[in-house]
Amino acid sequence: MDDLYRELIIERYKSPQFRGELDPHDISFEDDNPLCGDHIRVDLRLDENDTVTEAAFSGQGCAISQASADLLMESVVGKSLAEVKALTKDDLLDLLGIELGPVRLKCALLSLKVLKAGAYGLGEANDDLVE
Amino acid sequence: MNIQTTALDVAKIREDFPILAREVHPGVPLVYLDSTATSQRPRQVVEAMERLIYHSNANIHRGIHVLAEEATAAYEEARGKIAKFINAPSARQVIYTRNTTESINLVAQSWGRANLKAGDVVILTEMEHHSNLVPWQILAMEKNLRLEFIPVTEDGLLDLDAYRELLTLEPKLVAFTQMSNVLGTINPAKEIIVLAHAAGAVTLVDGAQSVPHLPVDVQALNADFLAFSAHKMLGPTGIGALYGRKELLEAMPPFMGGGDMIKRVELRSFQPNSIPHKFEAGTPAITEAIGFGAAVDYLNQIGMVAVESYEQEIVAYALERLAEIPGVRVFGPEAEQKGAVVSFLLDDLHAHDISQVLDMHGIAVRAGHHCAQPLHDKFGITSTARASFYIYSAFEEVDKLVAGIYKVKEMFA
Repeated sequence: MDDLYRELIIERYKSPQFRGELDPHDISFEDDNPLCGDHIRVDLRLDENDTVTEAAFSGQGCAISQASADLLMESVVGKSLAEVKALTKDDLLDLLGIELGPVRLKCALLSLKVLKAGAYGLGEANDDLVE
Repeated sequence: MNIQTTALDVAKIREDFPILAREVHPGVPLVYLDSTATSQRPRQVVEAMERLIYHSNANIHRGIHVLAEEATAAYEEARGKIAKFINAPSARQVIYTRNTTESINLVAQSWGRANLKAGDVVILTEMEHHSNLVPWQILAMEKNLRLEFIPVTEDGLLDLDAYRELLTLEPKLVAFTQMSNVLGTINPAKEIIVLAHAAGAVTLVDGAQSVPHLPVDVQALNADFLAFSAHKMLGPTGIGALYGRKELLEAMPPFMGGGDMIKRVELRSFQPNSIPHKFEAGTPAITEAIGFGAAVDYLNQIGMVAVESYEQEIVAYALERLAEIPGVRVFGPEAEQKGAVVSFLLDDLHAHDISQVLDMHGIAVRAGHHCAQPLHDKFGITSTARASFYIYSAFEEVDKLVAGIYKVKEMFA
């Protein structure tokens, strides 16, 4: 249980490396977690080959959601848009390296849901993106 | 520090709630501080439901056999207990619903649709639970109603001067919570109702938090509607009640159509049954209704005056202890004006993280916006951690909460 707040999570929560907004950006998307009212925005810059060159997140949330967003942004830099679209729940959980119950899973997955909705250019994020 | 309590024998009460003896992690006992979300149920409630299931289970209001008659009698007897609990003039004025939310939706969809028209004003408050906001928003969209809100002050109280001002708009309805599920604020329901009636408005009281924790008397309040749920007052989920003034209920169109709510049905028309059955279409939650009645018996045996005074003691103690912790910010009024609900934040931490670390120490609190997003917006926050207490909450559990909050600080230091 204590593993939930392993060092990496606390460290990324306290000192995120990818926090901010990118202006201009090629892709930007934001959404809420209806359970807790948390909000996350993701901005991406792409090169001519649709490879992510910069990524940033902003908004507010708990340690799990913020650390997850920060680790996710780090992982997408250098990936192609197609690879971003193909990211799964398990990819994110591997980054976090923790087991999560159903409620906290939503905290962790909010950034992935926002990222993928942006990558696909959807009008709204839906849970199918992170099933 | 005075931790002697006089109002209740909590140790004895706890024996009736087997769940309170469990461990949530190996060696870590449960400290249940989430009764505002749902209360725990005593053996007596479970046993009453078990008796019905094992001994008298049958559908009600039909069937001429012993089981049907016993089940019907138990179902109606429970209605009588619930009516008496809130001092309703007649059991016929108590309608079984699924919960507070359904009770409010019933009023919105039946009374509201029949009585409100474009431009009519409905007054709500900024501290409402979503269940007393969204049903009116839905109706407002359909009917083009004007929704107005009694503001909440920094101290977490309703601004009654602003309310008096709003009443000059000649509202048709004033719907408000008697006790906030976030701030714990106990609103001056009687005064709000007197003023509303003087302005010609009908009143709806959301009693989801007040009925479980305070003596509530619908005749003393002169409330037109009162909505509440069993599961927040030691009863099961899936059953709640709506009290209504007789003339209003009798004039209202049915809410849902089906069996039991009719007097006579032809192929193209029907005549509705009399109240309360007019609003109880289909087979209801019979077993749960019996559990609701048993929950009322349990609370009566303790006495709601004792319940209220014990909760006053424990919330005052909780506020005193939380005030000792640097970085804790408590939302809502002083102890005298609130029920046993304490919503708080710690340093710059997110409520989820507070709650998660407390859970590691067995302490169950709720984290989030508690279905009152506009209220959190008002205070410029997205969520809070909420500890809430009931008759089985011990003072030592407040101490455990305080120790737990120090652990949270340690973890994120």
